[in-house]
Amino acid sequence: MLKRKRWIFAILAILPTLAIFAYVRLYPIADTLRLSLFKWDILSKNKPFVGLANFRELMGDHLFIDALVNTTIIAFGVLILTIPMALVIAALIFHRTRSRMAGFYETAIFIPHVVSLVPAAMAWKWIFDARLGPLNALLTFFGIPAQSWLFDPVLSVICIIVLCSWQALGYAVLIYIVGFKNLPVSLYEAAKLDGASGPQSFWYLSIPMLKPITLYVSVVTLVSGFNVYAQAFVLASDAQGAPGRQVRVLVLDMLENSFRNYRVGYAASEAVVLLVIVLGLTLIQFSTLRERGKA
Amino acid sequence: MTTNPVNYIEPTTEELSEGVRLRRKKRVMNFAIDVFLIVVSILMLLPLVFLVANAFKTPAEMLSWPPTIIPRDPTIANFAAVLGETPLLRWIANSIAFAVMSTIAIVATSAIAGYIFGKFRFRTLNILFALFLATAIVPFEVYMIPLYFQAKSLGILNSVWGLLLGYLVMSFGIFLIRQNVIHSIPDELLEAARIDGAGEFWIFLHIVLPLLRGALGALAVLAFFQAWTAFAWPMIVTTTRTSYTIEVGLALFQTGFTVDLGRLSAASATVLIPSILLFVILRRNFVQGVASTGLKE
Repeated sequence: MLKRKRWIFAILAILPTLAIFAYVRLYPIADTLRLSLFKWDILSKNKPFVGLANFRELMGDHLFIDALVNTTIIAFGVLILTIPMALVIAALIFHRTRSRMAGFYETAIFIPHVVSLVPAAMAWKWIFDARLGPLNALLTFFGIPAQSWLFDPVLSVICIIVLCSWQALGYAVLIYIVGFKNLPVSLYEAAKLDGASGPQSFWYLSIPMLKPITLYVSVVTLVSGFNVYAQAFVLASDAQGAPGRQVRVLVLDMLENSFRNYRVGYAASEAVVLLVIVLGLTLIQFSTLRERGKA
Repeated sequence: MTTNPVNYIEPTTEELSEGVRLRRKKRVMNFAIDVFLIVVSILMLLPLVFLVANAFKTPAEMLSWPPTIIPRDPTIANFAAVLGETPLLRWIANSIAFAVMSTIAIVATSAIAGYIFGKFRFRTLNILFALFLATAIVPFEVYMIPLYFQAKSLGILNSVWGLLLGYLVMSFGIFLIRQNVIHSIPDELLEAARIDGAGEFWIFLHIVLPLLRGALGALAVLAFFQAWTAFAWPMIVTTTRTSYTIEVGLALFQTGFTVDLGRLSAASATVLIPSILLFVILRRNFVQGVASTGLKE
């Protein structure tokens, strides 16, 4: 009787949240999957089922391939730049935990992660600006020719990677510091007694023991890298001033197909590709962690 | 050492000087690390510092090399121009309204769902929780196009309600509160209240919520900043100039033909300064919330 009453309370209490969740999460996710199999254009009246035709078309769509390649380069570029730096900085901040400056270091490195994307991207737009930017001024000071950073196809991708890494670093450092705090102190004391130096215990103890954290941070960084949009939108306007066109990324391509070309079904199939990438990365994380658990 | 005088051996002068040497070496190392970390911290902040400085510069000074951190003759012309040309204050108001409402919605739904999933062990609930868990990894960008059409059919495009539709629930918030409920609210406490005849709703309101204050605070800060910095969703939901959030407004303001960096900086600084201040004030809550994202292993 009592149990029954508790059950009713639990269901009644969870119901509103569940209803919202179903409406703003479950339904649109299911709808994305459904739309990806249809030729669903806003303009045409009949929206036939086309099976995997959208995906087949994606394979030959050079704009999509371009976007996929750019996005992948950005995601892995950010990963390669961020993780080693974050690990070293977190280790040093952890080493100086008791100093008065520790709070300042953490805050300063974390601020780029919390400030709004667009204003922060503006700061970098100025830095990279070909005519006004301090980066070119600095280069010419050292006798290196000035570059048009934001209009060169290769350099503009690098600019976006730098901006994204600058934002991602604070998060990675924070998670690593938490990781360091959870490592057993006794192990380090034992290593010290055996004559290990600071860098040695960092290399042979911290890095292997922090592997699960590294994996977690890597996947989070990659996933947010694959969702990059605002940074490219602001930094990479093309010569005509159309935002985000210089470096095409997946989300931009998807939104253009949906709202400029009115091809919603086709855009949904791009969203499914994005989902498959994210799921793949998450699965790699889980399976690697499980293997470690077995060993 | 002095407690056992029999075995105490006077250290030799060499041993003493060795100790002094090691301590000095350690101090030098720590100093070097501090210098390195200060340089890194300053480099991380420099772009934002320059952005704020540029906001107060005349066009001529923007060009000068090396760039000045404190403008030689500060001007507020950029701010005046931006406020005259754009509904900047309206955009900020939209963003605040959106972020506050989203925070309230997320805190409320997470508190209830987190508590129910944490303390009520029924099979139906376990299945539901697995459902929440499974969809948590799906990025927002994947399902925002169908969600846009839902907002359209509700007739709430170009309004704060449309913005809110995408930010009503947060899977991570539910996990965070559930973890906290499991670890910090003992079953005995709830049972005792039940034996005393307290109703379930009364227990949630008067026992559970006060105990969750810290976690809910951290979640509120996370939720606020999440909505405040949202970009893709506001970008597609708002298409009229008066309904933009600050992020969208700024992003579209910069795509005009002439990119006036002075004005862009002024507009950006107007947004940046309050949000940095807010972050510095709420840092502890924020760090606690973000740090707990890494702990769900």
